[in-house]
Amino acid sequence: MSAEFDLKIHDTLADANLQLAIYTATGRLKDKRIEVTADDRLPDYQELRTQANALKKHAIDNLDHYLEEFERNVEAHGGKVVYCKDATEVSDFVLDLARRRGARLIVKSKSMTTEEVDLNERLEHHGLESVETDLGEYIIQLAHEKPYHIVAPALHKTRYDVADIFTKELHVARETVPEKLTLIARGVLREKFLKADIGISGANFLIADSGAVVLVENEGNARLTTSAPKIHIAVAGIEKVIPRAQDLAVFLKLLARSATGQLLSVYTSFLAGPRRTGEVDGPEEFYVVLLDNGRTKLLPDRSKRQSLYCIRCGACLNACPVYRKIGGHSFPWVYSGPIGAIITPQFMGVSHEPALPFASSLCGACGEVCPVKIDIPKVLLELRSDVKKSEAREGQNRIEKLAFRVFAWVMTHPRIYELAGRMAGSMAPAGDGKWIHSVPAPMSVGPMKAWLSQRDLPPSPSRSFREMWRQR
Amino acid sequence: MSRDNILHKVRTALGRSAGQAVADVPPVRLRLPEVAMEDRIALMRSRVEALAGKTARVPTMDAAREFVAAAIAGKTAVASNAPYLEECGIAGLPGVRSGIREVAELTEVCARVDIGITSADYALSDTGTLVMIASPAESRLVSLLPPAHLAVVPRERILTGLDELFTLLPDPAAQTSSMVLITGPSRTADIEQILVRGVHGPGQVTVVIVG
Amino acid sequence: MGNQVSLFVTCMVDQLFPKVGIAMADVLERLGYRVDFPEQQTCCGQPAYNSGYRAEARTVARHFLKTFQASETIVVPSGSCTAMVTHHFADLFQKEPETLALVHAMEKKVYEFATFLTEVACVEDVGARMEDVVTFHDGCHALRELGIKSAPRRLLAHVKGLELREMAPAEECCGFGGTFAVKFAELSGAMARTKIDAILGTGAHTVVSLDPSCLMQIQGALSRAGLNLRTMHLAEVLASR
Repeated sequence: MSAEFDLKIHDTLADANLQLAIYTATGRLKDKRIEVTADDRLPDYQELRTQANALKKHAIDNLDHYLEEFERNVEAHGGKVVYCKDATEVSDFVLDLARRRGARLIVKSKSMTTEEVDLNERLEHHGLESVETDLGEYIIQLAHEKPYHIVAPALHKTRYDVADIFTKELHVARETVPEKLTLIARGVLREKFLKADIGISGANFLIADSGAVVLVENEGNARLTTSAPKIHIAVAGIEKVIPRAQDLAVFLKLLARSATGQLLSVYTSFLAGPRRTGEVDGPEEFYVVLLDNGRTKLLPDRSKRQSLYCIRCGACLNACPVYRKIGGHSFPWVYSGPIGAIITPQFMGVSHEPALPFASSLCGACGEVCPVKIDIPKVLLELRSDVKKSEAREGQNRIEKLAFRVFAWVMTHPRIYELAGRMAGSMAPAGDGKWIHSVPAPMSVGPMKAWLSQRDLPPSPSRSFREMWRQR
Repeated sequence: MSRDNILHKVRTALGRSAGQAVADVPPVRLRLPEVAMEDRIALMRSRVEALAGKTARVPTMDAAREFVAAAIAGKTAVASNAPYLEECGIAGLPGVRSGIREVAELTEVCARVDIGITSADYALSDTGTLVMIASPAESRLVSLLPPAHLAVVPRERILTGLDELFTLLPDPAAQTSSMVLITGPSRTADIEQILVRGVHGPGQVTVVIVG
Repeated sequence: MGNQVSLFVTCMVDQLFPKVGIAMADVLERLGYRVDFPEQQTCCGQPAYNSGYRAEARTVARHFLKTFQASETIVVPSGSCTAMVTHHFADLFQKEPETLALVHAMEKKVYEFATFLTEVACVEDVGARMEDVVTFHDGCHALRELGIKSAPRRLLAHVKGLELREMAPAEECCGFGGTFAVKFAELSGAMARTKIDAILGTGAHTVVSLDPSCLMQIQGALSRAGLNLRTMHLAEVLASR
């Protein structure tokens, strides 16, 4: 485990206020999801999950076909599709377009994909102003942080934190009431919307048969981003494509329920190309950036490619007892929680943070709530195996490897196993039937020390089961 | 260029060749429940109200005009170019700007007035949703920039839900560049999970059902 | 099906909690089963599998398959170890069709203890009596991989003198997770303490579960916190009279 990962986990666990904030917020989202997916509220929930999984599997298994169909249809409606292999190509495309159109101000609606490629930082580095307009994203942009949660980016900030950030960055009078803080943001951002030259959004879905981009949100900032400026650019991962507009009837029922416990989010925008003849408003230019940035690396493995089915609802984060303790910023990349734990190693390589797939009790809560039925625990186990293979190649972690070889040998030799058990039992401190609080210093190492740092140890029984059985 | 490179990588990883057809497309899943109109209306109203939207039901187009006239009294409003609003006489009410066909003027007016009046193309009763399809008759900004949105919907446009919408419109892109589903007032819970309405879009939504 | 059953007690019960295995055998015998204990048994291989050492897990899994090949029915006092055999052995032998066939045959013979009682023996009342207020902890693999939810509760409902109080939330992990408990000790400990808060919220005196590993985590944390609550395996409760 990297020292950084270890330290971030420790610091988050030690921060009582943060612990309460994470646990309360995720608990509320989790309870709302449970309520609206219950049998009496959504009787065909499991059927919808099965269909969503089948559709995603089909779309990913035939990804090239649907990308080309999507591209043809976007172009038929007067839009343009731009394929980008990485972060640099995305920012180069936006910068070049901005230069050609004389654009200076960009408004952005929430997009994990643009977070992934640090788009704001790249654009601002070249002198453009790029403003996040989702309230949570705006707060963390002003705080110079990364999103804490896929759907609730500022989950870790209290109203007082937000008040401090607004006072410092916007030079406004200090307010601590959430309604008033929201109004301040609305005022500042409304002006940006009306002046902006370009609007950049993400995409929740790309619809192959319509050439449409679908955006789901609650605030109206994505609608403004895609309606007010003359140019709309949607930045989407290539995995976002689904076959038909009609499939939205399945995905939309699952997405908002899983994310926030709503039946539908307040605004679902289905956008196909620039403003058409006769339409009064809407952008004059429409671009869809299709981003690879490592996604194609996930395709060859038939099992692990299911990681690309994700619709970014965040339900697995809210259900995860690990996320609920260590929060979003302990994770090594922008994607946190169980889904982050399976996609980060595949995008960045398993050695980026080899401990990440192991930071799970494998409780399975993530797989149980995933609306597209990604078997996250299964992928975690596969990644654990990949990590060990990579360590073996690099000659790392040899002692652990040896320990498991010994384990396998002992477990296939019952007499040795019994003898080893008896030896361990005779060495264990006598607890007089009581649980053991500490062991002598020479024994307090490795796993023993780690266990005892948190919990007591069971006393060793006088006889093993097999010994008792023989004497029965 | 990256296009061909990415598509090539995708095909290689999936073991597919260029132009290869797809097999076993999962069938479309749309379920159309039979729900009587009165039940649709009742559900539509309860869903909108559960989201802190307001609803009203009026018997005739004249009554719709009177309801809107009372609702906008003392305030400024902009109406979309929907023929239905014209037929109801709503577009011609005093204090209502309508007939705008130029984007700069529309933006300026919508950013200034108190209320935006539209006639939704459809409504979805099981979620309390308004369906707004951009066209010469309905712009995007009227239901977006003003702090309040008032939609006048004849009852026959009330569908059961998403499945019926996508049965009627298998491909919305065939007729519009923008279809927006509106389910309640604009909201956020980004600060301490406390619900605040009217962030960027209208904080008030009123649905007037005619008939 | 005959009335012969084989015990797979798991390495943890064998080495640390032998009374659980004895209690399970007692209950089964009381119901008229003849119980045997294949002496060659050791472990299911889950520690290696969950740690990413698939070759080592495969070796141990092969040993399990050989040990229990002749058994007609195998009963296990652990949801987690049962799930390893019924849900994960197959992953290990995808490239060995012959072994895979053995795995599929084995999957049909292995039962978690509570499931065996309610679904095979078809009993809910085993004639147990225990005067106590208890809460039940769902082991994650029993709950989510094996879908066990009502069986242990139905069995507990028939224990005379026993009152069951549900935790809120009942379904959250205790934080054990095998080597996770020591690789991420501080995090695992924090999860256990959250679990204990839920347990204390019920006012129960005893925590019951199907999984010895969860009970070790919970008892270890209870003991560390100086709390005077006890943990019991379901088999121990059902053996009480």
